[in-house]
Amino acid sequence: MLHDFHLDVRAGELLGLLGPSGSGKTTLLRIIAGLDFPDRGRVLFGGDDATGLPVQQRAVGFVFQHYALFKHMSVADNIAYGLNARKRSERPGRAEIRRRVGDLLDLIKLSGFADRYPSQLSGGQRQRIALARALAVEPRVLLLDEPFGALDAQVRKDLRRWLREIHDRTGQTTIFVTHDQDEALELSDRVAVLDKGRLEQVGTPDEVQDRPASATVLKFLGDSIELEALAEGGRVLVDGRPTPVAAPRGVIGPTRLHVRPWQLQFVEPAEAHLTGTVRASHRSQGRQRIEVERPDGRLVVVEDFDGERYAAGRPVGLRINGGYVFAG
Amino acid sequence: MSEGLALSRAAAARPRSVTSEGRAVRWLLTGIAILFLALFLVLPLLTVFAQALSRGWAAYFEAFHEPDAQAAIRLTLTVAAISVPFNLVFGVAAAWAIAKFEFPGKSVLITLIDLPFSVSPVVSGMIYVLVFGSQGLFGAFFIEHGIQIIFAVPGIVLATIFVTFPFIARELIPLMQEQGTAEEEAALTLGASGWHAFRTVTLPNIRWGLLYSVLLCNARAMGEFGAVSVVSGHIRGLTNTLPLHVEILYNEYNFVGAFAVASLLAGLALVTLVIKSVLEWRYAGDLAAGARH
Repeated sequence: MLHDFHLDVRAGELLGLLGPSGSGKTTLLRIIAGLDFPDRGRVLFGGDDATGLPVQQRAVGFVFQHYALFKHMSVADNIAYGLNARKRSERPGRAEIRRRVGDLLDLIKLSGFADRYPSQLSGGQRQRIALARALAVEPRVLLLDEPFGALDAQVRKDLRRWLREIHDRTGQTTIFVTHDQDEALELSDRVAVLDKGRLEQVGTPDEVQDRPASATVLKFLGDSIELEALAEGGRVLVDGRPTPVAAPRGVIGPTRLHVRPWQLQFVEPAEAHLTGTVRASHRSQGRQRIEVERPDGRLVVVEDFDGERYAAGRPVGLRINGGYVFAG
Repeated sequence: MSEGLALSRAAAARPRSVTSEGRAVRWLLTGIAILFLALFLVLPLLTVFAQALSRGWAAYFEAFHEPDAQAAIRLTLTVAAISVPFNLVFGVAAAWAIAKFEFPGKSVLITLIDLPFSVSPVVSGMIYVLVFGSQGLFGAFFIEHGIQIIFAVPGIVLATIFVTFPFIARELIPLMQEQGTAEEEAALTLGASGWHAFRTVTLPNIRWGLLYSVLLCNARAMGEFGAVSVVSGHIRGLTNTLPLHVEILYNEYNFVGAFAVASLLAGLALVTLVIKSVLEWRYAGDLAAGARH
């Protein structure tokens, strides 16, 4: 279910559609491809109205979440499928098709795999074949549905980097769907955040992280805590002490301040916005996360470099170095 | 650690799963099963061949030289040659529609496909007599135009098609449902027309299931007795199929002839079983698990 919105995709960009499951991102992708049809609204490619065009004439490359490779065909036949499906008059010659398949296999670094069958390949390899198959028809736009969703963490990271390289080399306009914030933020030129069928925000990874348009976007992009605060004289105050956060125009009086775990800093209780006692801490990869229990029983997670260790039970003070306040 | 080791040793000493029974119970159950199979399946099958050959090979082959027997073989082959391709086309079409699309009345259609399995073969034959017979709904119309359906080949073909209709659709529906529509969608996004996608993606994906079900359909088409008996009229040399011919010979106390012809049908069943088993063993993954008979 999608609500009304307008989304511009720029030629040559890599756009990430980010949202929780059920947010409508896959539906949007399928509407662009012509696999689903909207009740109203239009799909434009360049200046051309593609809304009424059947999927075959949209010239899109679609990579399915579970690849949907043709099981009974060799890798080469899979990649050549789109070319072989063309009308005789538009179909390239056999030698030309073989050359194109070879080029694509080189591009995805699977040159020796032409005669293998999908069942003989790993998940990551199948994913790359699916991409080559979609690229073979020289699509106007490449659409990827959760391209790394079914892969394990390490393969995922490698493929992410590799997809970025392919994109930089081919300049192919690409839209991909993901529910993984890190993936969207690392890979995309711009990110479109969807929630409950609404487009919440479109912007570069920096824009959506520095200036999230709504609490929904902020929460979806990472952990945060929500604090009661007061907006006064253009400043946001917590517990009567001013914070570095500026109040947006029109926000006066009691409000909510959203703070990321790394926007909190340990200080002496006397100069703190928040106080509490350490309950637990975990370290991983040069960083540590410390859980602080506030006097009212609520938990605050602080993220810090792995340096001084904080023992459970130790009373601490926290200063707010940044945060977000949303109007309305 | 030592406890874990002790456990694994105990397991190695008695490699028996918790769901298996004691030795006596196992022998008893296996024995009952084998006895049952021998008594009700193997013995009757052997009797067929033993009776057929009771007066030697010459008498055995004599049964097939008879013109009526040859006519029956020809008719059976003709009926199968018409009804199997017919059900192939309609079975694939029905399975394709049911498995790949959502439409109102889908569950009704699935139930209708199952109807021939649940209806008595006599009724399957009777309905055609009631519709096309001389006293039937359209009987007068066809008689006026000189077309005879009941007590003629068209009636036999119709009844056979009705009885064998579920075989192909029933095998293909779960198979195609399991395969989903992703590969077809992939083909369409790559520019393939619907027909091209069907030919190059859908059909190859169901080929073994299709062969398997055609085989079963054919065996039933050649062996159907009840429904065909009602519409055939038992005219020797004209409307007698192999199973009907067996019955006539048997009723005339021509046991060698009856069992010789019956051995032909039994042989067909055995060949079908062997190919079916080979398919199941070789292409198990490509057959619908739920529909294996």
